[in-house]
Amino acid sequence: MTKKQPIHQQMAHQVIRIQPTKGFSALGLAELWEYRDLLWFNILKNIKSKYRQMALGPLWIILQPVMNMVIFSFVFGKMAKLDDGGIPYPLLTFSALIPWTFFQNSCTFACNSLVTQMPVISKVYFPRMIIPLADALAWLVDFTVTFAVLLIVMVCYGIYPNLRILAIPLYLLLTLVTTMAVGLWTASLTVKFRDVRLVVQYGLRVFMYVTPVAYTAANLEKALPDGWEWLLKMNPLYWVIEGFRWALLGGANGPELFMVYPIILIIAMLISGAYMFRRTERTIVDLL
Amino acid sequence: MSDNDIAMRVEGLGKMYRLGREIPHATTLTGKLKNASKAPFQWLSEQMREPTEEETLWALKDVSFEIKRGEVVGFIGHNGAGKSTLLKILSRITEPTTGYAEIHGRIAALLEVGTGMHPELTGRENIYMNGTVLGMKKREIDSKFDEIVDFSGISKFLDTPVKRYSSGMRVRLGFAIAAHLEPEILVVDEVLAVGDADFQAKCLGKMQDVASGGRTVLFVSHNMDAIRTLCTRAVLLQAGELKVDGPSVAVVEKYHTALRDDVITKDSGIGDATRRRGSGCARISSVSVLNIEEEATTSFEQGEDVLIDLSFQIMKDISCLYVMIGLRSGRNGELITTSTRHAVSEKGLSEGQTGTARVRLPNPNLRPGDYPLYIGLANEKHKAFDVMDGLTAPLIISTSKTVHELGYDPTKACGYFDIESEMEACKRLD
Repeated sequence: MTKKQPIHQQMAHQVIRIQPTKGFSALGLAELWEYRDLLWFNILKNIKSKYRQMALGPLWIILQPVMNMVIFSFVFGKMAKLDDGGIPYPLLTFSALIPWTFFQNSCTFACNSLVTQMPVISKVYFPRMIIPLADALAWLVDFTVTFAVLLIVMVCYGIYPNLRILAIPLYLLLTLVTTMAVGLWTASLTVKFRDVRLVVQYGLRVFMYVTPVAYTAANLEKALPDGWEWLLKMNPLYWVIEGFRWALLGGANGPELFMVYPIILIIAMLISGAYMFRRTERTIVDLL
Repeated sequence: MSDNDIAMRVEGLGKMYRLGREIPHATTLTGKLKNASKAPFQWLSEQMREPTEEETLWALKDVSFEIKRGEVVGFIGHNGAGKSTLLKILSRITEPTTGYAEIHGRIAALLEVGTGMHPELTGRENIYMNGTVLGMKKREIDSKFDEIVDFSGISKFLDTPVKRYSSGMRVRLGFAIAAHLEPEILVVDEVLAVGDADFQAKCLGKMQDVASGGRTVLFVSHNMDAIRTLCTRAVLLQAGELKVDGPSVAVVEKYHTALRDDVITKDSGIGDATRRRGSGCARISSVSVLNIEEEATTSFEQGEDVLIDLSFQIMKDISCLYVMIGLRSGRNGELITTSTRHAVSEKGLSEGQTGTARVRLPNPNLRPGDYPLYIGLANEKHKAFDVMDGLTAPLIISTSKTVHELGYDPTKACGYFDIESEMEACKRLD
C-alpha cells in the first residue's frame, strides 16, 4: 500500500466533471493517448480472433485480393481488352487492390464497430474512438502480407522496385486518413440510422468503379466528358492508387500539385468526423 | 468540509429518456398503403420533433449528494428506481440531461464481471484485454498478473480459449481482474448476484477489504445484509428521486417499509395473483407483522416474540386449510426454516368464506439479520393454495449486545441461529 502512495497523491488532483455538453466538445486526444494500451490490445484482439479456428487461417488474407485480381484481369484485360499502359494487367490491378482492399475492409468494420461493440460500450467508459481505430488498424496486418505477395509477383514478372518505393508509407498514411475520415463519419451515423450500413456497403461498390482500381486512370478519364477529370482527381484514393502504381510499376500519375485539394478535403473530413464522433459518443448508450 | 475530503459531489443530476409514441394502426387496405407510403420518412420526422411531456421519462430527477473520501455508500431502491442510470452517469457511460457530478480522483466502475472478454482469446490474453478495458495500464497488469491468476484459480487453463471455460471460471477470472483494480473511487453494481454462494462470500470479503482499505466505494445491491454490513451510509432512490440519505441501517429499514407500502397496500387485492404461487383455491388478503404489544413493526430485538396476523378468503371449495410461516435468509435467499403447520380448519370450507389467523413466532435463537417471510396456505398434503414469498417486509432482528457478549460478530456471516454448546474437555497446552 505504502509503495503506491505517490501515484495516489499525484492522481488526487485529477477532477472529472460530468455534465451535459452543449454543442461540440473537445477531441480528447490526450485521453486517447492515456488509453493507448487498450488500443493496442484491441488491435491484437481483432487480429487474433479474426483467423482463429479457421482451416485456411491467414491464407484468407491473400485470397480476397487475388480473387479480385483474377476477375479484373480476365474481365477488363482479356475480355474488354482495355489499354494497360504497358504494365501486365494482373500487376496493374493487384497493386491497386492492396490499398483498396485495406480501405474497403477498414471502412466496413469501422462503420459497424460501435454497434457490434455495444456490450462493452454499455458497461464501461473509455474513449470510444479506440473502437473504429482498432478495427481499421488491425487490417494493416493484411495490408503488409498482401504487399509482400505483390513484391513476389512483381519479381516473377521481372519488375524490380526502385527507390520510389519509399513513397509507399506516405501513400499509406493518406489511405489511413481517408479510412478514418470515412470510418468516423459513418460510425457516428450508423448509431443513429442503421441504414447507413447498407449505404456504405453499396456506396463502396460504386466508389470502387470511380476509383481506378480495375483499370488505369487514363481509361477512366477517357470515359468522362472533357473538363470533368478534376472530379475524379478530388478523390484521395485516386492519388493513392495511382501513387502505388507509380512507385512500384512506373508509368502512372505520380504526385502532382493538384493533390493538395483532395488532401485538404480529406483532412477537413477527418477533423469534422472526429468532432461528429465525439458528439455521438456522449449519449451513444441511449441510442443503440 | 474542505474540498480535499470530498470524493464526489453530485448536484441536481437528472436524466431524461425519450419514449416512443404509438402510431395508430390502419385497419383498411387503403389505410395501410397510406401508412406504408409515409413510413420511410415518418421515423425521421418523429426523431426530429421535440418530445412532448408524455413521451419523456425522467429516470433520474434532481439528485444531489456529497461523498467524502473513504466513505462506503450503498445505493438501494426497487427495480427502475434509477440506480443503474445513476451509476451509468457516474461511470461516464452516458451523459446526464441536467445537473453535474464532480469526481475527485481516479474512478473505476464495475457494472459487470468480465466486460470486453473475447471468447476466442485465451485466459492470459483476456486478462490484458479486460484489464485495459477497465482502465489499467499494461505495466500495471504485468506487475499484478501472478496475483490475478492466483486469485482466480484458473492457472491450469491460462492458455485455453475462454469460450471453453465454464461460466463459473469466466466469472472468477473476471472478478479476479476487477479485484486488482486500484482506483480511489470504486463503483460496483450488482456484480455479486452472479456465481455460487462461495463465490459471493469471496466477493463480499474482497469488498470488505477494499472498503476498510480507506477507499471510496459506491455499491448498488438488492442484498440488504450486504448493504448493512459493508456500508456506513446508504441512499434510497425511488422513481428517480433521492428519498432518504443516512446511516445504512436506518435507510434499509425505510426501504423495507417502502417495499411493504408498495406491495401490500397496492397489490394485496385478492384478485392479484401474478406475484403469488399456488393453485389459488384460497388467497391471503392481508398480512401484518406485530410485536408483543400488538404494534405493527418489522424490527425486533433478538429474543422478542413475533406475531403474524393474516386474513384469507376461500376462492374455491376446499377440504381443509393449513397455514405455515417460513423464514428465508437475507444473504442468499434460501428457505432456512419453517414453522409447524397449523390447522386453520380440518373441515371443508366453501367459496366466499373469509377468516383470520394469528401465528406467534418466538425467536430466542435467531441471530441478528434480515429474514424475508414466506407465508403459505396449503391443504393436508402440502398442496399450496397461496404462497406469499418475500412480498412483505422482512423481519429485521437486531441486538444491543456487544460482540464480546454475543461471542460472534453479528455484522459478519455467522449462520442464522444461536445453539447451545458446552466445553466437555480441555487440556492445557504447556
